[in-house]
Amino acid sequence: MATHSAVAQHTDHPGGNAVLVVEHLEMAFAMKKGTSLQALKDVSLQARAGQVTGLVGADGAGKTTLIRIAAGLLVPTAGSVTVLGLDSARDSIAIQSRVGYMPQRFGLYEDLSVRENMDLYADLQGVPMSARGERYRRLLDMTGLVRFTQRMAGDLSGGMKQKLGLACALIKSPEMLLLDEPTVGVDPVSRRDLWKIVYALVAEEGIGVLLSTAYLDEAERCHFVVVLHEGEKIADGAPHEFQKDARGRVFLIDPPSDVKPRRIQSLLSGRPGILDATIRSGRVRVVTATGGRMALDAHLPALWRTRIQQPSPSFEDAFMALIPRAQQPLDAIAAASEVPSPRSDEVVVRARGLRKLFGDFEAVKALSFDVYRGEIFGLLGPNGAGKSTTFRMLCGLSSVSAGEISVAGKDLRRSRSPARARLGYMAQRFSLYGQLSVQENLLFYGRAYGLAGRPLQQRLAWAYAEFGLTRWRDQTAAELPGGYKQRLAMAAALLHAPEILFLDEPTSGVDPLARREFWLRINGFAEQGVTVVVTTHFMEESEYCDRVLIMSQGESLAMGTPAQIRALARSEATPEPSMEDAFIALAEGAITPTPPIGDIVS
Amino acid sequence: MTSGALFRMRMRGILRKEILQIRRDPSSIALAIFLPMVLLFLFGYGVSLDAENVPLAVVLDDHAGPARDVAARFSGSRYFDIHLATSLDEAQRWLDARQVEGIVHLQDDFSARLATGQVAPVQVIVNGVDANRARLIQGYARGVLQKWGALRQARGEAAAAPGVRVVQRIWFNEGAVSRNFLVPGLITLIMTLIGILLTALVVAREWERGTMEALLVTPVRRIDLLLGKVLPYFILGMLGMGLSVGVGVTLFEVPFRGSIGALLLLSSIFMMASLGFGLLISAAIRIQFVAAQISIVAGFLPAIFLSGLLFDLESTPRPIQIMSHIVPARYFVEISHTLFMAGDVWPVLLPNAAALTGMAALFMTLAYRKISKRL
Repeated sequence: MATHSAVAQHTDHPGGNAVLVVEHLEMAFAMKKGTSLQALKDVSLQARAGQVTGLVGADGAGKTTLIRIAAGLLVPTAGSVTVLGLDSARDSIAIQSRVGYMPQRFGLYEDLSVRENMDLYADLQGVPMSARGERYRRLLDMTGLVRFTQRMAGDLSGGMKQKLGLACALIKSPEMLLLDEPTVGVDPVSRRDLWKIVYALVAEEGIGVLLSTAYLDEAERCHFVVVLHEGEKIADGAPHEFQKDARGRVFLIDPPSDVKPRRIQSLLSGRPGILDATIRSGRVRVVTATGGRMALDAHLPALWRTRIQQPSPSFEDAFMALIPRAQQPLDAIAAASEVPSPRSDEVVVRARGLRKLFGDFEAVKALSFDVYRGEIFGLLGPNGAGKSTTFRMLCGLSSVSAGEISVAGKDLRRSRSPARARLGYMAQRFSLYGQLSVQENLLFYGRAYGLAGRPLQQRLAWAYAEFGLTRWRDQTAAELPGGYKQRLAMAAALLHAPEILFLDEPTSGVDPLARREFWLRINGFAEQGVTVVVTTHFMEESEYCDRVLIMSQGESLAMGTPAQIRALARSEATPEPSMEDAFIALAEGAITPTPPIGDIVS
Repeated sequence: MTSGALFRMRMRGILRKEILQIRRDPSSIALAIFLPMVLLFLFGYGVSLDAENVPLAVVLDDHAGPARDVAARFSGSRYFDIHLATSLDEAQRWLDARQVEGIVHLQDDFSARLATGQVAPVQVIVNGVDANRARLIQGYARGVLQKWGALRQARGEAAAAPGVRVVQRIWFNEGAVSRNFLVPGLITLIMTLIGILLTALVVAREWERGTMEALLVTPVRRIDLLLGKVLPYFILGMLGMGLSVGVGVTLFEVPFRGSIGALLLLSSIFMMASLGFGLLISAAIRIQFVAAQISIVAGFLPAIFLSGLLFDLESTPRPIQIMSHIVPARYFVEISHTLFMAGDVWPVLLPNAAALTGMAALFMTLAYRKISKRL
């Protein structure tokens, strides 16, 4: 794997002085039983003034640890981090008065107002009273929070909290800004706004920004990117340098009208010579190993070869080509999905005028939709859009303020148990018993669903085989890597062979590789006739769904197939809009779905 | 700006934040004001170590004048509620059924023996399941009989048990009312609770909500963090203390014989010890639930059982007595008992105050050392 030069010389904005110098950084955390977790291994990098430096990597790559060391929150095991010429371990107080830091959860006091939060950080940073008026005006203006200064931080939307967090980090014109996954779970509009603010700061004040992200498309917006994987730096350079390396290895397959892109994706995933297969805007995007087109053709019917284009590689393509990984045997999944889809027109989940009130707050505003048997139905929206609330009402976990729900023909308000026995539910945080082993967790859930004896043994055997959990049988759930936790949770939810599967944010906190695998699996279940209702805040994941309902602030923005929704945002400026473009256009009211798409006539 | 000005600005920010949070968070108000009141009313009205209106069976096998006189003395006592039984068997059945807590039995030769100057025994049987209460009932019964004997002597009749007369005087708590003993002790408990639980919880809450991480990456010093938590909760705790004393003195009519100045001074020292202990817990524990559990087990329970609040430490085994010396509440229970019932008795107050000062200094120093600007 080619390693790029350590210094960004080819960036669009020539970098200023190094504001951050990391040299041979090692970080080990002591764990139970004398073992230790090596979070960072011999990492060296630089970030320069007047540039955005991105730390990119999957979960557990060491991004947060590195930022925390730079902020003086952790003392490295070995090596050094120099911020603005100061040693991060020795001179942390001096560093802390010159940098702005925004932790993953924004660090806001939810019971203080916007203005009070700003006052607190201004006092802590020693911003002179005389300078505050001007600074506050500029920050409030920049973040669009002018009208909300009296509102409690806890009552702000996710995107506004993120902007307030940023304003607090910027309260004393820092010389450097450290942002730890600032855009996780935030809606695309707010994500775009955040980038605008960051660019403005870099251009006008010349500060250096170090930003970590798990969103691969954001890496393209950085001036310089460092890719971390399991604590090691595997590459760095300007984004376009990465893209150069992937040239000739990225392909787009336009599926014939009678073939679902999902099937092509399943067919290619995990095959020799194929590094990645995803669905993007209705087409299958493939990254091959060095084999290029030859490797791809080997797996496709000759008929489809004319439908292959070669787009310019994105950073994500390059990233997928870079990340080392064991070849996952996904053949079982791929094979399962070749069974023709038994999708029917039978409605299994039906919601009409669904509303949820928490006091005065209307979390869900009159939603209506149908979900058909064997379909993958996605509830899409940023954190706080009302997805999980809708979800809990569908599963009968939360009462319904108004409206009607029927699941598998049953009104959940009247007969909860019979309807529930036919559905499987996977909660956001996986609800596993951390101290129990994989086997014990599965046994517990099996028995809880009323399985015993031979049927239970058969389902357990199925779960181990289907989810590749055999190796982890006696490991406690808490010790499992993130991706395997998700597998175990899904196995537990599927033990009683439900007809309907509810998955609440199954891919949140799971790295891009595990997410791809997850969707392949879901795909397989849908092909076997299981109805899947899933929530996600990753816009691009809607491509894996048959139909999606896009939500924002409790309301339905649009419903339909991914292609229908994307088509809404088509314009001369963006002839091929992504799902994210569509969301932004819908959320800003630039387009309205007229006539209402989908199949609900209101 | 000078470093002093910067320090003042940081402190202003932290204190303002903390006060706003207390004002807006019903749970800290509840813990500081509501919980003390609940405890005070519970202990003030509900828990009493006195026995009154004890149901007592009286068996008279002798129906002559002196025997009926004894029965009358018992029924006239405010401590007893008399039920006349026809036989000892019946009285025993009542005792078994817990309808009565004791039996007073006068044999058929009681009056005869009395008349001839012989020893005339009175049998008192008490349900001994609750040993403390049994002793109390026994004592009251003896008191009734003694009074009756004294009366007979005064009238020139023969007493049942002639001889030395005991004249009792109880000092400080003249009425021997247990409430007068419980309420001052309770104030110790309330201050322990506010000091330890409240501080441990609010710091853990900052960790849980992720605000601590952001706070640490500002130029705050460790001393700012310490003072920022100590000052507001010191005031809150002292308010809780003042409220409890006020309610104790007015509503429960507990005497307060010391001076307000001494109370303020000594309770401040105790408050600092409690806060220091709470901060020490919070420096190590970052989960509210665990912080609450540890506060209860390491702070609240010892303050109940090892402070002399409910149980007299003098009568506990030696190892327990020694152990009780590490419980700050022990010293303040003694201080508050003294202040309320005896007054500013400095020879008692000073050694306790010295011990508390030492503990407050120790906990605060440890907490300061444990507070880290690292994760």
